[in-house]
Amino acid sequence: MDFLRPASWEEALAAKAEHPTAVPIAGGTDVMVEINFDHRRPEYLLDLNRIGDLDEWEVGERTVRLGASVPYTQIMENLRAELPGLALASHTVASPQIRNRGGVGGNLGTASPAGDAHPALLAAGCEVEVESLRGRRMIPIDDFYTGVKRNAMEPDELIRAVHLPKADGPQQFSKVGTRNAMVIAVCAFGIALHPGTRTVRTGIGSAAPTPVRARAAEEFLAAALEEGGFWESGQALPPSLAQQFAQLAAGACNPIDDVRGSAAYRRHAVGIMARRTLGWTWESYRGGAHGTKGGAQCA
Amino acid sequence: MAGVTRTPTHLTQGGKTRAGIGESTLRPDGTLKVTGEFAYSSDMWHEDMLWGHTLRSTVAHAEIRSIDTGEALATPGVYAVLTYDDLPTDVKNYGLEIQDTPVLAHGKVRHHGEPVALVAADHPETARRAAAKIKIDYRELPVVTDEASATAEGAPLVHENRTDHHIGHVPHPNIVHRQPIIRGDADEAAKRADVIVSGEYVFGMQDQAFLGPESGLAVPGEDGGVDLYVATQWLHSDLRQIAPVLGLPEEKVRMTLSGVGGAFGGREDLSMQIHACLLALRTGKPVKIVYNRFESFFGHVHRHPARLWYEHGATKDGKLTHMKCRIVLDGGAYASASPAVVGNASSLSVGPYVVEDVDIEALALYSNNPPCGAMRGFGAVQACFAYEAQMDKLAAKLGLDPVAFRQLNAMEQGTLLPTGQPVDSPAPVAELLRRVKAMPLPPEQQWRTAGAGADVRALPGGLSNTTHGEGVVRGIGYAVGIKNVGFSEGFDDYSTARVRMEVIGGEPVATVHTAMAEVGQGGITVHAQIARTELGVQQVTIHPADTQVGSAGSTSASRQTYVTGGAVKHSCEAVREKVLQKGRAKFGTYHPAWATAELLLEGGKVTTDGGEVLADIADVLEDEAIDLELEWRHRPTEAFDLRTGQGNGHVQYSFAAHRAVVEVDTELGLVKVIELACAQDVGKALNPLSVVGQIQGGTTQGLGVAVMEEIIVDPKTAKVRNPSFTDYLIPTILDTPTIPVDVLELADEHAPYGLRGIGEAPTLSSTPAVLAAIRNATGLELNKTPVRPEHLTGT
Repeated sequence: MDFLRPASWEEALAAKAEHPTAVPIAGGTDVMVEINFDHRRPEYLLDLNRIGDLDEWEVGERTVRLGASVPYTQIMENLRAELPGLALASHTVASPQIRNRGGVGGNLGTASPAGDAHPALLAAGCEVEVESLRGRRMIPIDDFYTGVKRNAMEPDELIRAVHLPKADGPQQFSKVGTRNAMVIAVCAFGIALHPGTRTVRTGIGSAAPTPVRARAAEEFLAAALEEGGFWESGQALPPSLAQQFAQLAAGACNPIDDVRGSAAYRRHAVGIMARRTLGWTWESYRGGAHGTKGGAQCA
Repeated sequence: MAGVTRTPTHLTQGGKTRAGIGESTLRPDGTLKVTGEFAYSSDMWHEDMLWGHTLRSTVAHAEIRSIDTGEALATPGVYAVLTYDDLPTDVKNYGLEIQDTPVLAHGKVRHHGEPVALVAADHPETARRAAAKIKIDYRELPVVTDEASATAEGAPLVHENRTDHHIGHVPHPNIVHRQPIIRGDADEAAKRADVIVSGEYVFGMQDQAFLGPESGLAVPGEDGGVDLYVATQWLHSDLRQIAPVLGLPEEKVRMTLSGVGGAFGGREDLSMQIHACLLALRTGKPVKIVYNRFESFFGHVHRHPARLWYEHGATKDGKLTHMKCRIVLDGGAYASASPAVVGNASSLSVGPYVVEDVDIEALALYSNNPPCGAMRGFGAVQACFAYEAQMDKLAAKLGLDPVAFRQLNAMEQGTLLPTGQPVDSPAPVAELLRRVKAMPLPPEQQWRTAGAGADVRALPGGLSNTTHGEGVVRGIGYAVGIKNVGFSEGFDDYSTARVRMEVIGGEPVATVHTAMAEVGQGGITVHAQIARTELGVQQVTIHPADTQVGSAGSTSASRQTYVTGGAVKHSCEAVREKVLQKGRAKFGTYHPAWATAELLLEGGKVTTDGGEVLADIADVLEDEAIDLELEWRHRPTEAFDLRTGQGNGHVQYSFAAHRAVVEVDTELGLVKVIELACAQDVGKALNPLSVVGQIQGGTTQGLGVAVMEEIIVDPKTAKVRNPSFTDYLIPTILDTPTIPVDVLELADEHAPYGLRGIGEAPTLSSTPAVLAAIRNATGLELNKTPVRPEHLTGT
C-alpha cells in the first residue's frame, strides 16, 4: 500500500487524478477501521492531513463554509449557533477521541447510510464543494447520495468543503442506538425549520439504502403550517398534525433487518423521533422568537 | 551486623505492620494501567522474532477436502506454514477436561473461525497475506444449532466416535453432559401448591470482552525446549495441554505469565499457546502471535447461551412447594468447560431458596455454534436469570411484595441444597435483600435541569438526544443469587505458594512466588498483604508467576484469594514457625515467653501476643534465608451422583443481592439504568477497595448482558454476525449507573481469614434485577436477555 502525502490541495488533486483508486484519508476514523477489519486494502492512501485549509471554517453572511476535515469537536464547540442540527449530530459521533479526528468530509466520502452527519446535512440543506484537476463543482446534498456507500463524485474528485446555510430556525437531531454513547445509529432523524422560506426539511439515517429526506412529511407539514397560519400565530401544533408528520416520516423509510435492529423497529423509531423532534423545534420556534436552540442541553 | 553485638534486651518497641490484610492497599499495576505504561502480553518484542498468523475456517461445518499451502510458502518473508499434517506427535487434540479440540483442523471444521493453518513470517502483514493464499477446499455439511437440530432423527454428529467419560450417561452423542437432580417428590409437592407459575427463558451468548486480546511470545530454547510468555488464567493447565502436543516433557516448556488484560473465564482454554510454540520450534526463531479484536471473538470460548424451562409452586401464604426445571446450555463445537457448567447450572438451579422437592435437569449440547465455556458466573448466571424471573411472577400472583416473598423463602445456614449438601456457613440471603432495599432511592427525574430543558446524559438514549422526558417511565427490580466458590465435584483444587524470608539491608523481607495468574483481579496486592500480616515484614516482593513453582490453580471460580491466598498464608505460617524455632534456639534463654507465650511476627520483630518484643527478626535470621514451597487444599468435595445429583459437590458459596432502578423510554424501547445497588457478604474483606471494585465490575458485566451484550449467530449458517466492538456492545461509562455497595462480613469459619470468593456473585443478580426493573416499568413479560428495543416496542 502506497501512502501519498501531498503538501497542498493542488498536489492532492494531481495525485487523485493520477491514482483515481486512491482512498483519501483525513481523520482516519473510518478508513482505518475498514483497513483494520480487512474490509479493504486500497492500493493507495491519499493523506490530506498536510492541507491546512481543510481544517478551517468561515462564517459568512448567510452560509458557513465548513472545511471537509473540521473535526466534529470543533463543530460542537464553535458552530452550535450557526449549525445547531449538525452540532447535535456531531455530539453523537462515537467517542471524544474520534470526534477530535473525524469530520464531515469523511462521512460524505464514505456515504454510509449510518453516517451521523447526513440527516443534519439533509435537513439543513447544503452543497458539497468537490474539485478535481478538471475543475470545481457544487453538488446539492439532495443529489449527493446515489446508493449504498456511493455518492455523486467522480473518481478523480476530492471533497474540499461543505457550504451550509446558517440556521434560520430551530433544528434538531435524534439518533437511536442500543447504548447511551459511542454507538452506530440503528436509525436517526434530523429536522430543520426554515421560517424564512416557510419550509421544513428533514433527513433520515440508517433506515434506507442511502440517507433520505422524508419529502412527503416535509410537504405535508409545510402545507399544514401554512394553511393553519401557525408560522404567524406560533400556536401549539395539534397532536394529530404531529402524528401524521410522524407517520409520513416513518413511511419514507425503506429499512432492512440486520444485527443492529429490525426493519419494523427502524420504521417505528423514525416515526417517534420525527414526532418528538418536531415538538422540540416547534416549541423552540414558539418560545424563542425564531430561536435556533432545541430543548436539549448537552455537555 | 547489629545482631552480633545486640541482645534482645536492647530492643526498641515494635510498630504495627502496615498494609496488611483488611487495608485498602493500592494495587501496584493500577497507575501503570491507567497511564498506558503497563506492559501487556501484546507489547512483547524479541530481536529476530517472527509473527504468527492463524488461518481460520470461513464456514461452520465442513469436510476439508484439501489444503494447498504452496503459494503461501513461496511468499517472500514466510518462514513456515503449518497444517494438521505438520503436528509433531500423536497428540493432536487438547481440552480442559475432554481432549476434543484439534490443535489444527483435521479433515473437518466444526465451527466458524476454527484454526486450520498457521503462518510465520517476518512481518504480521506478510503472514496475513500469505495465509490468505492458502487454498482450502471445503465441502459444507449441515449444521447443528440448537437442541432440536442436535437431537433430531439422523442429526449430524458433531463428534463421531466419542470416547470421553460422559458418553455412557448422555441420551445422545450431541449432548456433552447431562446432570439430573432429584430430591423429594416434586409432583406430589405440587399438589400442595395454591399457585403454580411456569416460564421459558432465553439467555443470549455473552462474550468476556476482555480488553487485552490473546497474545504471547514463544522463544525456542537451546535445549530443544521452549519459553512461552503468555497471558492466561492458569499456567499449569496450559502446560499440561501444550507439552504433549509439542512432544516435550513439561520441564522443557517454561511458561511465564505476561501482562494480562482481563480474562473473565475466556483465557481458561488455550488460544495461541500451542500455535506459537509449534511455529517457534519449527523455525528456530521467537514467534509472537497477537489476535486483533475480530480474531479474538473467534479465539476464545463464550458464555453458554441457554434455554430454561421453570415451574414453581407456592402456597397462598407464600411458601415455595416445589420446583421443576430443565436447562439446555449450548456448548458449541467443543466441550471446553461444559460439563462443569452443567454441574453448576443444575446444582444452583434453585437459587438461594429453600425448596425441598425438586426435579432438575441440565445439559449441554454439542453444536456447530461457537464453543462456549467458562465465563464469570459459570452456569449460575443463566439459572439466576430464570429463577429470579419466576420469583417475581410468583410474588405477583400471590399479591406479595417481591422482596418479602424472597425473604420468606430465603436459604439460611443449614439449608440443604438440592444436592443434599448443607450450607455450612452464613447464608444471609434475607439480610442482603433487606439491606439493598433499605438503601435510599435515587431522586426521580434527575434529568430535569433548572431551566425548561433536560440533561440528556441522564436519560435513556443519552447524548443521542432521543427524549427530553417523553415516554420515560421508572421501574425498580430486585434479585439475589448464589454462586459456588472454587472448583467443585471432587476436583483436587489445590494451590502452591513458595515463600522466602531473608534479611536484606538489615530489614527482614519476604518474597512470594506463586503461579497465580494476575488477570486484573488484584491477587498480587492481596498476597503482599497476607505476607505482611503473617510475617510482620514491610517489604514484600512478588515473584513473576511462572511454572518454576507448583500450580496455583485457575484464576476463576472466585477462588484465588481463597485458595492461593490460603496457600500463601499457609506457607507464611510455616516460614514463621521456622523463624520462631530459630529464635527459640538462639534467644530462648533470654526470656521465658519464648517457651510459654503465643508468638507473632509484627513490625519486623518477634513479639508475644501481648505485644512484648522478644527479638528483631533480622537478628533471628541473620544471613540465613528460610524458603518453603508448600501446597494447600480446601476441604475436599464429591462428585454428583449421575442419576440423582446428590453429593457434597461444593466448597463455599457467595451471595449478592441487587436493586436496579431503571428508566425506560417506553416508546423507543431504550433503557437507562439509573442505579444498581448491591449488598454482598464477603466473609472478610482482605482489601476493601478491591472488594468494591470487583462488585462494581461484576455488576456492570451483568448489566451488559441485560441490555446490550450478545454474540449473534446466524441460525441457518452458524456463523457469527457481529465479531467486533462496533456491533458487540459493552457498557460505556454513560451506561454504567451509580453502584452503591453495602459490604457484609460474616466469616466462613472454614476459609482463610473467614473470607469468601467475591468476583462472580455480583454478575449473577445484576442481570435479573435490571430485567425485573424493566418489567416493572413496562409491564412486559420479557423472557429473554439481552432486552432489545424490539422487545420493548413490539417491533
